[in-house]
Amino acid sequence: MDTHIASQINSLLAALILLTAFGLVVQRRMNALLHLFAWQGFLLAVSTAIVGYVGGAHDLYISSILTLSMKVVLLPYILHKLIVKLKIHKEVETVVNIPTTMLMGIILVIFSYHLTAPIRELSTLVTRSTLAVALATVMLGFLMMITRKHAVTQIIGFLAMENGLLFAATSATYGMPLVVELGVALDLLIAAFIFGMFFFHISTTFDSLDVDQMARLKEED
Amino acid sequence: MNIHPLIVEITQIAVLLVAAPLFTGWVKMVKCWFQGRTSPSLFQPYRDIRKLLAKDVTLAENASWIFRFTPYLVFGVSIMAGGIIPILSMDLPLSATADVIALVALFAIARFFTALAGMDIGTAFGGMGSSREMTIASLAEPAMLMAVFAVSLVSRSTSLSQMALVVSQGHAMLRPSLVFALLAFILIALAETGRVPVDNPATHLELTMIHEAMILEYSGRHLALIEWASMMKLFLFTTLGIASFFPWGIARNDDLVAVLAAIPVLLFKLGIVGVGLVLIETGLAKMRIFRITEFLGSAFLFATLGMLSFFMLE
Amino acid sequence: MSLSPFLLVACSFLLLAFLLLIIPVLRSNQKHLIFAGSALMMLSALAAVAAGIWTVSSGAMSRVILPLGLPDLPFHIRLDRLSGFFLVVIGLLSSFVSIYSLGYLKGYLGLRPVTSLVAFSALFLGGMFLVVLADDAFIFLVAWEMMAASSYFLVLFEDERIENRRAAFLYLIVAHVGAISILLSFGVMAGLATDFKGFGGYAFDAMRETALPAGWATTAFLLAFAGFSAKAGVVPLHVWLPEAHPVAPSNVSALMSGVMLKTAIYGIVRVVFDLIGDFPWWWGALVLVFGLVSAVMGVLYALMQHDLKRLLAYHSVENIGIILIGIGLAMIFTSFDMSLLAALALIAGLFHTLNHALFKGLLFMGAGAVLHATHERNMEEMGGLIRFMPWTAALFLAGCVSISALPPFNGFVSEWLTYQAFLLSPSLPSPLLNLLIPLGAALLALTSALAAACFVKAFGVTFLGSRRGRHHGIIHEVDWSMRTGMLLAALSCLGLGVMPTLVIKWMDPLAEELAGGTIAASASGFGWMWLTPIAAERASYSAPIAFLGVLAVVIITYVVLHARPGAIHRVPLWDCGFEKVTDRMQYTATSFAMPLRRIFGYLFSIKENVHHYPPASHPAFPERLHYHLRVRDRFWMWLYQPVVDASFWLSRRIGRMQHGRIQVYLIYSFVTILVLLIFSR
Repeated sequence: MDTHIASQINSLLAALILLTAFGLVVQRRMNALLHLFAWQGFLLAVSTAIVGYVGGAHDLYISSILTLSMKVVLLPYILHKLIVKLKIHKEVETVVNIPTTMLMGIILVIFSYHLTAPIRELSTLVTRSTLAVALATVMLGFLMMITRKHAVTQIIGFLAMENGLLFAATSATYGMPLVVELGVALDLLIAAFIFGMFFFHISTTFDSLDVDQMARLKEED
Repeated sequence: MNIHPLIVEITQIAVLLVAAPLFTGWVKMVKCWFQGRTSPSLFQPYRDIRKLLAKDVTLAENASWIFRFTPYLVFGVSIMAGGIIPILSMDLPLSATADVIALVALFAIARFFTALAGMDIGTAFGGMGSSREMTIASLAEPAMLMAVFAVSLVSRSTSLSQMALVVSQGHAMLRPSLVFALLAFILIALAETGRVPVDNPATHLELTMIHEAMILEYSGRHLALIEWASMMKLFLFTTLGIASFFPWGIARNDDLVAVLAAIPVLLFKLGIVGVGLVLIETGLAKMRIFRITEFLGSAFLFATLGMLSFFMLE
Repeated sequence: MSLSPFLLVACSFLLLAFLLLIIPVLRSNQKHLIFAGSALMMLSALAAVAAGIWTVSSGAMSRVILPLGLPDLPFHIRLDRLSGFFLVVIGLLSSFVSIYSLGYLKGYLGLRPVTSLVAFSALFLGGMFLVVLADDAFIFLVAWEMMAASSYFLVLFEDERIENRRAAFLYLIVAHVGAISILLSFGVMAGLATDFKGFGGYAFDAMRETALPAGWATTAFLLAFAGFSAKAGVVPLHVWLPEAHPVAPSNVSALMSGVMLKTAIYGIVRVVFDLIGDFPWWWGALVLVFGLVSAVMGVLYALMQHDLKRLLAYHSVENIGIILIGIGLAMIFTSFDMSLLAALALIAGLFHTLNHALFKGLLFMGAGAVLHATHERNMEEMGGLIRFMPWTAALFLAGCVSISALPPFNGFVSEWLTYQAFLLSPSLPSPLLNLLIPLGAALLALTSALAAACFVKAFGVTFLGSRRGRHHGIIHEVDWSMRTGMLLAALSCLGLGVMPTLVIKWMDPLAEELAGGTIAASASGFGWMWLTPIAAERASYSAPIAFLGVLAVVIITYVVLHARPGAIHRVPLWDCGFEKVTDRMQYTATSFAMPLRRIFGYLFSIKENVHHYPPASHPAFPERLHYHLRVRDRFWMWLYQPVVDASFWLSRRIGRMQHGRIQVYLIYSFVTILVLLIFSR
């Protein structure tokens, strides 16, 4: 596999990751959201492996396997369990209507492209063009957290942001040091467990996971 | 052996006229198979057209000339479009008549008059159909333009022949921009040709109908022309997609063998597209009208991502 | 003295002056007055058109210095290609409208005298000609004011209605705020031309020769753009337009919407490309953004209207937006020294200027014909007019197809050229612009598709279906002169649409003069039948072939299908077997726009009220429904209402000084005199 084809495949993967990021922002159904998230993880894993192969950075394979097991299997599974347990399959309402969210997303992508332009000129790696996509994925994750009302969707947004960061690391510098990555993975796992437990308690207390309800937690004046 | 380009042109229009009902028949047939029904014959659309052409016209009392002129115009536009899109050959004398944008505008004028015909007879159904059709069209248009933009970035042209030529010469490159543009195009084509999930071509008496609502009062040869034209529109959008994204097999010059060889290739591609269309139509439910905003919004998103990824990734 | 473009222009002015002179003589015989007015104005307009065509193609520049005006500040007049082009735009429509006026004004016979209407129309026309011919700031502003003031009186023609007076007043205010802005802009340029010493800089020549420092240039541009925008009705300065245009007599609305707005476009092009000449790209981006906003908002607000003339007025906002898109792109390309593309975009913008003048004039004339026949502006009361006014319907339809940017009419060609300019924007050297400009193209596509929806509504509700109105008066077709005026405009729309290469070839030297590039060689390099901007393999459009091809297929199909005799049975409506179809079941203008109103609802301020009047028997089956809808311009509330409130507040404060007692006023005067005496001692 020569570098040119690899970089093309990587570009395509980047485009698909961007697509899943948009999918996460606009998808209404909880189950479909989890599927999309799993797909994003899968694409990320494949992309990491390809970058590892091309760049000769073989520790990226471990990172790839880690992504695969965590983001494609384990975390979606945990979240799925949570959804089943809390019975929240129904459609999630968004704060802003969907076409507007899409437009904001497009603007964010253009912004990240503009932002990464100087870095792109400095870097010599074959993957440098995907950096803008990575940044856009992070921002879209953030956008998702802002525009959604439901707590579980906010976690997915958070995890999608992490995906974007990982992607940025792979495309900009061929990955973070393995230790850091392992640490992050562990953190995520623990975070997911803690979130899960919290949500369970919140939903039993409030009968809802709508984050608007949490506004009630503030002190009355 | 080279043949005269005009002969190619005429062959192509003949193929359009003949193959369009066949394609519609094929889609109906496959759909029946998928739904476990006995299918009508592949040639049923021909029989329908013949039957309608033989019948007298029953015209509403208050129908004006616009109502009677529209079927001919819609038919004429479809034939004209068939002369422009590279269906069999990329070297058509008429292909310089219009680029993609002008082609879309040609379809738009057919739609404009169909919508007026819907308003002409003054029924609630007609107005409803026109209003919805124009609403959907206005949402589809930006997405369509964006898709054209994305493809034209690759081919540096909006001329259809040129676009087909550039893509067919490309070395099977996995261009994200083309992938996205294709996704967008599929969604737009579903909306423009009135297929599920935007409109259901099989409805005849429902409050959800759009295209059918506008042409409800048509009969006889007028209805035959409109039905035939809408079959051609489906066919033309399919071949437009084929020419822009999968042009392999379309003759590049007026070589007789190449043009003749293009026909079976075209039929093969149409067969596959038909199955794909049925998969979409049976897999999805018809949407509420206000969900179409999101549907076409996604088309716009895909097309824009195609445009952005050209600059960002290629 | 041999015939020259300048002589023709002089003739044109002399004809108008002659008309003004004989008006006092003719006022007692209104019929003759109408005839003389229409004929002289038509001749004057035709002379201007001839002069314009000649100047643009020959490029002969003629200038003259008139010993008028203030001492030492003579008037400069110059006829160059840009003026020539706008003379054609103004003159062409004005000549059609003059023919139309002949019949339209007869409608006022016996109702009210039209003396003032004819007089102010002549002044208005003269003012517009003078604006594009002016070559110094002084006469420019004089002509500008002449145009504004005469059009104010034209709007006020039917002054017994309160809304007309209100609209005219609003128009006057916005026009003057704009004029002040233009005056300041000229002040900046003229001042810097002579370093703020003396008045020599007021001539455009002095401004042309001066290279302004960047900061001052920006100031001058922003002031000029704001001022001209107020005249052109660019969002958010558009609010006067949908008020003033509908209430004026229709022949005047046709002129105001069709050509008066174009003088503002002229002003922008003149100031930016000619007087300033050197500018950064963001000026173009600014113009582009305002153009896009105007286009989209204009068409969306138009969709919400059910007053035919108001709807058309909002469409003027939209089309001015489209013109500005072309000009904005041209400015961006020019600032990056891409002269070929700049020429393409500029031609697109200017061509749309000409096209819009024609089809908007046509549409306003059509609306006037409908108003003339039905005495009704509200579309909800119309319907089925195609049976009573077949000519008007067909001609109005031609206008609808043109404005909806559908081939083979002219609106499509200029929008197509604008799209081509958009599609070529990726060659700009700035990555950010590459990504953002295509979104503008998508907005333009949205605009033209919405315009098509809007005109299906306008034509469908007005002319098709059956009559919705309560009173069924007798409706008759309008007379030959009105039809001729509309017919000529419709034919020009078709002609320009089918033969765009000829026009573009004619306009090309103008683009070369302004933007430095020429597209004629490539645009018609393939033959006169194909329009191929840049290159044939890039994009091509052949209007004659598309038009004749479709026409041929239509005729052949018709002949083939009618070879065998087949009867047409006229029967009552089927409507899915529903029996009691009434006129009230038709879709109305409001219901037609309902899906779009919901989708884009957040851009308007919508108040919707539904009242059920249930009978005693069952509350679930209302006997009567009352639906009330009010769609308002958000800009009015955001931008204008605060200003209005503030000025009222201020007036009330000042009003306290008014006591109504003569002694108090005398005290004011006395104190003022004392203060002045102290200061001037």
